[in-house]
Amino acid sequence: MALQFELVTPARLVRSESVHMVVVPGTEGEFGVLEGHAPFMATIRDGAVKVYTTESGAPEEIVVRGGFAEVTPKGLTLLAEAVEG
Amino acid sequence: MASLKELKGRINSVKSTQKITKAKQMVAAAKLRKAQSAAEAARPYAARLAEVMGSIASRIVVSENSPKLLAGTGKDAVHLLVVANSDRGLCGAFNSNILKAARLKAQALEAEGKTVLFYLVGRKGRAVIRREYPNAILAQFDTTEVREPGYGEAEKIADELVALYEAGKFDVAHLFFSKFRSALLQEPTEQQIIPVPTPKAEAATGGAVVEYEPEEEEILGALLPRYLKTQLFGALLENAASEQGASMTAMDNATRNAGDLISKLTIQYNRSRQAAITTELIEIIAGAEAL
Repeated sequence: MALQFELVTPARLVRSESVHMVVVPGTEGEFGVLEGHAPFMATIRDGAVKVYTTESGAPEEIVVRGGFAEVTPKGLTLLAEAVEG
Repeated sequence: MASLKELKGRINSVKSTQKITKAKQMVAAAKLRKAQSAAEAARPYAARLAEVMGSIASRIVVSENSPKLLAGTGKDAVHLLVVANSDRGLCGAFNSNILKAARLKAQALEAEGKTVLFYLVGRKGRAVIRREYPNAILAQFDTTEVREPGYGEAEKIADELVALYEAGKFDVAHLFFSKFRSALLQEPTEQQIIPVPTPKAEAATGGAVVEYEPEEEEILGALLPRYLKTQLFGALLENAASEQGASMTAMDNATRNAGDLISKLTIQYNRSRQAAITTELIEIIAGAEAL
C-alpha cells in the first residue's frame, strides 16, 4: 500500500519516495492521490502539497509554485516550477 | 643570437603566461564539476516533461486551433537562429565551433531564399555575427552579469522569444549550443525549438484512458511555454559545462606548450652563457700565452 511519489523541479529531483497519500492543489480544486489512482493529469496552482507518509501521521507540507501533476500506474509525478524552502 | 638578457626576459614572460594558463585551467576544472552536476540535476525534469508532452501531444490532432507554438504560423519564411555563446574567452574553439554551425545553417537557409535573423545569448558571438550579418540581429540577451545560468535566465529568454513569435517576427526558431559529451569533447548542436517539435509518444499509461483537468488543450497551452523554457534551460546548462570543459582542455594544452617553450629557451640560455664563458677563457689563455 504505497504510492510512488516524485517531485521534480528544473533545478533538481526534490523527492522520490514511497508515501501513503499526497494531496495536490490542482487548478480546479485539491485532489488526493492514493495508490492505484486512475491515470490523471492536471495543472497545479501555487500552494502546499500535503504528503502523508503514513496513514495516521500528520502531513508534511511542501510549498510549490506552478506546474503539473501526472498520475500513471507507476505513481504520481509532480513537475513544479519551483519549490519554496 | 639573442643576448643573455633578452633570453632571460623571454623566459620570464613565458613563465608568467604559464602561471595564468595554469590558474585558468584549475579554475575551469573546479567550475566544470559544478556545471556538470547542475546539468545532471536538470535532466530528470526535462525527461519527465518530455514524457508528459509526448503523451498529451499524441492525443491531440494538430489543427488550426492548436496553440501556435505547436502548430506553427503556417509560413516558413523567416528563420530565427538563437545562438548561445559564452561571455568569456580562453576556452579554445568553443565559441567558434558554435558560430560555425550557426553560419552554415544561415547560409543554407539563405540559399533556399529564406530570411535569417539572429538572437544572441552571451557576449562572444556578437562581433562575428555583427560583421557578417550587420542588419540581421533581432535582439540579444546579456548574460555578463550572470555567474551561473539559472532557470530565471531561461525563463526570460523564452518569454522574450514567445513575445517576438507572437508579434510575428519569425516563423521558425533554431537553437545553437554546445552539447557536453566529456571534458575533451563538446558537440555543437542545432535544435528546432519553435514550433515545438513533438517528442515521440510513449504508451506510458498502458493504454488506459487518462483524465485531464482542465481540458487537454488548456493543459497543452500551459505546457508548451514551460517545455520551451526547459529546453533553453537545458541548453544553457550544457553550454556552461561545455565552456568549462573546452576551457580546461585549451588551458591544459597552453600550459604544456609554455612548459616546452621554457625548457627550450632555458637550454638556449645555458648554451649561450657557456659560450660566453668559453670565449672569455680563450681570451685569457691566449693573452697569457702571448706573454
